[in-house]
Amino acid sequence: MAMFGARVIWGTKMRPSFRMLSFVICLTLGRAHGQTLGIASSAPVTSIDPHYHTFAPNDSFGAHVYERLVTRNAAGDMIPALAVSWKVRDDRTWEFTLRDVKFHDGTPFTAEDVAYTLNRVPRVKNSPASFSIYTKAVTGTEIVDPHTILLHTAGPYPLLPNDLGNIFIIPHTLGPDPATEDFNSGKNAIGTGPYRFVSYNPGDRIEMERSDDYWGPKPYWKHVSYRIISNDASRTAALLAGDVGIIEFVPPTDLPALRKDSRVTLSEVVSNRSIYLWLDHAHDGPSPLVTGPNGEVLARNPLKDLRVRQALSLAINRQAIVDRVMENAAIPTGQYLRPGSYSYVPDLPPTPYQPDRAKALLAEAGFPKGLRVTINGPNDRYVNDAKIIQAVAQMWQRIGVRTTVEAMPWNTYVARAGKLEFSIFLLGWGVGSGEGLNPLRAQLATWNPARGLGTANRGRYSNPAVDALIDQAMGTMDDGAREKIIQKAMKLAMDDVPVIELHLQKNIWATRKGLEYEPRVDEATLAMGVRESK
Amino acid sequence: MIAWSIRRLVQACFVVLAMTVIVFVGVHVIGNPVDILISPEADQAERARIISNLGLDQPLWRQYGYFLYDALHGDLGRSFVFNEPALKLIAQRMPATLELAVTAVLFAMFLGVPLGLYAGLKPDGFLGRAIMAGSILGFSLPSFWVGLMLIMVFAVQLGWLPSTGRGQTETLFGVPWSFLTVDGLRHMLMPAVNLALFNISLVLRLTRAGVRETLPMDFVKFARAKGLSPARVIFVHVLKNIMIPVVTVLGLELGSTIAFIAFAVVTESVFAWPGMGKLIIDSINVLDRPVIVAYLMMIVLLFVAINLVVDILYMLLDPRVRLERKS
Repeated sequence: MAMFGARVIWGTKMRPSFRMLSFVICLTLGRAHGQTLGIASSAPVTSIDPHYHTFAPNDSFGAHVYERLVTRNAAGDMIPALAVSWKVRDDRTWEFTLRDVKFHDGTPFTAEDVAYTLNRVPRVKNSPASFSIYTKAVTGTEIVDPHTILLHTAGPYPLLPNDLGNIFIIPHTLGPDPATEDFNSGKNAIGTGPYRFVSYNPGDRIEMERSDDYWGPKPYWKHVSYRIISNDASRTAALLAGDVGIIEFVPPTDLPALRKDSRVTLSEVVSNRSIYLWLDHAHDGPSPLVTGPNGEVLARNPLKDLRVRQALSLAINRQAIVDRVMENAAIPTGQYLRPGSYSYVPDLPPTPYQPDRAKALLAEAGFPKGLRVTINGPNDRYVNDAKIIQAVAQMWQRIGVRTTVEAMPWNTYVARAGKLEFSIFLLGWGVGSGEGLNPLRAQLATWNPARGLGTANRGRYSNPAVDALIDQAMGTMDDGAREKIIQKAMKLAMDDVPVIELHLQKNIWATRKGLEYEPRVDEATLAMGVRESK
Repeated sequence: MIAWSIRRLVQACFVVLAMTVIVFVGVHVIGNPVDILISPEADQAERARIISNLGLDQPLWRQYGYFLYDALHGDLGRSFVFNEPALKLIAQRMPATLELAVTAVLFAMFLGVPLGLYAGLKPDGFLGRAIMAGSILGFSLPSFWVGLMLIMVFAVQLGWLPSTGRGQTETLFGVPWSFLTVDGLRHMLMPAVNLALFNISLVLRLTRAGVRETLPMDFVKFARAKGLSPARVIFVHVLKNIMIPVVTVLGLELGSTIAFIAFAVVTESVFAWPGMGKLIIDSINVLDRPVIVAYLMMIVLLFVAINLVVDILYMLLDPRVRLERKS
């Protein structure tokens, strides 16, 4: 029942008497200032089990309690965490040297915990989205000594550190097959991270407390209240009311007002999540939702013609979408990665806005009177998703492409997109690994279930030259040499317009005045990154 | 009478069965939960493995068969999203929704009745007219807008109340309740008012109409002529007579506030209140079938039970109904 003192949430507006009272209580408890940080998360954390569900909010919370071998800094670069260093022993063996630290329950962290975690990940029961996609490359583990472990792979696999950057390590003392429920209750929620788990109230909040024997820099906040406020307007209001210190995914509609609001500080960074239009490459005959200018069925799929794809891309004024629809919470792009990333292609700028050239290209391709198309998109998935396709549709009208817009809820949309029912459809792709092989392998490689390639290639784009370069890059362990190959493959693919890239979203956080957040490329909202500004 | 009740129970079972079939077919037609939940980076083999792990690769009739078998053994399945039993998830969220709904109905009673009484006694006064005008707003303003305005005024501008969330809870009978702590009550005030607004208007109008109807009646005139104090006339004789419809409506509203997510879900979402309404909407968005089925089964059972009780009461109260059945 300690309402006013011990649980002072930063920035909470209190009447003077309460403020005085809390000040006194803080002094008696030996605290220098308000020590609870309220974080408003936009989506619910679905489990405390770090290996149950590959879901961004779960990872964002998990990074407080658990740690990975390798992690990423705010800029998205890989940095050591539980592994002090790692190196390639030979083409099929990686050596990781581990840090000498302790879990929250006092047991020391050793190579055995790494082996245990890698073994547990694929065995989590009922997981709807398993982390085993990041551990399947490891075919065997070999403990050399308590702080050295060898990881074997079937063939050369340069992306192993990137993959392991998704796996939180848990102690082997949890025993065989620990249950997800025991994590949610807190019994198994033991990591090496900067915060200890205190309590989880599903759909409402997670409470955490600083772990004082954390090996890294001491976190600034003693308590963290990680709250779930999925309604955009309510999240903004919670910040303005001072109930939380920081909110994530600031809705673009609130941006113009918040930029002027003196109670709030914004921090933003361009992310690796691009929004683009998939084009139908699957149908050689008529494409489902593309017809001739008078609605007549076409014998061939016009989207298979490079000139048509280029024309559609040239007709889009990306800057206008960014300015008007996205309220500047994005930048125009011509590729999946943000500038400055490993394997970003410098000579692949956003496609310029040239409607006249677009018209000429359409005529050259045999469609001087244009086409009729339908753009499909979700209306509850990406920032302003439905508005973006409306804007694109209007731009296409101007080059004579009569465009219909059909937006629908994600749960219906994703099922229909999977059945190749659409011709032109909006999607987003966040490059988790922060390098170009990820979109190349998942999106642009030929759909190949046997090899696990082209898994997200929803337009069924296929280019043997690109496939060959992808294979070459996968076998190249040297980072510098691999980067060159990836850039070559990406340039080759994107010049062929497999998808029409529109923009890269910005990740935007808002904090109370007096606080600042180091904006993260990976969208995670971490209490460790929130500080009082100087 | 007993035979008739049993017949009603059997009918109820068929309603529940029909509802589960509709949910199974409906979710199946919309899409596959795995497509929504799975990591976009997962490959085709991984997708197939997960679908088969969750039993979604089976033909629909077989999935339904398994569900029926488990349901008869008291297991309504585990949520795909949370990996917890669906019933446990619903039970976890139920106290939050219950206390909000009950508080809202209490508000409706303790604000609606006095306001309606006043408006009924002084129908031509300025305040009486203002109350009636206000009740029109209570009916017609969309509750998400009112909710946001409440937050903007009382949390952001004035800073009197916390903007969102459930606040501190205290355990009673093993269930966490927030009405037992000051912090919890402060969190509950705005969502409860927002949820109550419609009901307050409704009760207020009912009360006013009742008062206007009752005042000119003979027994009121007689009570006055007998020399009873005006307070006694109003609070004992008038109020007692108009409370019957008000109580009936309040009871119905309590049921529908809990059961129909339409009201509660908007309020729960605007105030980030971790109740059942938010759970069911989130579950529908990701096609979390076990939770949808369990929730709807609970609602159907609740309504069937209410209807059953009402019918039985009706028969006990009204001899004509009994006679009709016999003939």
